Amino acid sequence: MQITVNGEIEQLNDTGVTISRLLEIKQVESPDMVSVQHNGVFIDREHYPTTILAANDELDFLYFMGGGAK
Amino acid sequence: MINLTDNQLDRYSRHILLQEVGVEGQEMLLGGKILIIGAGGLGAPAAVYLAAAGVGTIGIVDNDHVEISNLQRQITHFTKDINAAKVDSAAEKMRAINPDVKVNTYQQYINAGNIRELIREYDFVIDGVDNFPTKFLINDACVMEGIPFSHGGILRFDGQTMTVVPGKSACYRCSFRQPPPPNAVPTCSQAGVLGAVAGMLGTIQATEALKYLTKTGELLTDSLLTFDAKKMNFRKINLKRQDNCPLCGGKPSVTELIDAPQAACGLKTAQ
Repeated sequence: MQITVNGEIEQLNDTGVTISRLLEIKQVESPDMVSVQHNGVFIDREHYPTTILAANDELDFLYFMGGGAK
Repeated sequence: MINLTDNQLDRYSRHILLQEVGVEGQEMLLGGKILIIGAGGLGAPAAVYLAAAGVGTIGIVDNDHVEISNLQRQITHFTKDINAAKVDSAAEKMRAINPDVKVNTYQQYINAGNIRELIREYDFVIDGVDNFPTKFLINDACVMEGIPFSHGGILRFDGQTMTVVPGKSACYRCSFRQPPPPNAVPTCSQAGVLGAVAGMLGTIQATEALKYLTKTGELLTDSLLTFDAKKMNFRKINLKRQDNCPLCGGKPSVTELIDAPQAACGLKTAQ
């Protein structure tokens, strides 16, 4: 099935893919440093393992980014 | 209302030529008050452009002193300023660029006890701090006080920024909820940042502040602008206020400011 991740279309071969699994597939190194938006809604971190993706879902990974002073 | 002198008409002529700014917009800038929190990689370029633009009152907050590793990107600080207070070093350059500007320096850390009183004196706040607890503190205080601000972050070749207009647009907590666990933050020695990337981001934040003061264009609200300077890809992620935001949602759990001690985000030596 087809989903959109960070504005780009991706094919998922498996069904039942969760947000946790997608973070692995996308090789996100530090999942704790990412906030995930799923169809316009931010998903609580504890729900990543149980939130199953469906066709045409839109996901955005927002990275915590500090920087600035010091 | 401020009447521009001949000298000011010359100094700000490139603003005045802009249909969207003009004399009236320049007068708004001269009457405007911006607070920059952090005189570092983001705050320094923002301070330079805001001073040059003739923002009448600019506050700058930082408790640190200039170190040699700052000079690669913190452009208000010169080699001669090593060991000087960052706020003094920044203020000296801002006043030299534009004597029209009143610069207020605050050599202190901001915390839950002093931030609300501080930001209340200003029209718009620029977040140029390096650590997440302080970024959340700025967001929370600005939302509570109803003062718009620009969030900014940089890491390596990447940057992100969004403008928050409290009560109208998504806040930082709508998307990021709470600071990341301290052990997830890249360590000082692992991180780094290309100096000019700090300038790219800080000048975007300054642009937002100037747009806000002159009521020009559309602010970067309800979206997070992210860029990857390595590929020079820019992207805007659409956001909206979240009903379950712990701060600005329907049933807030964050109702007062708290200081959450945490090691500074790993950019201490690198940024």
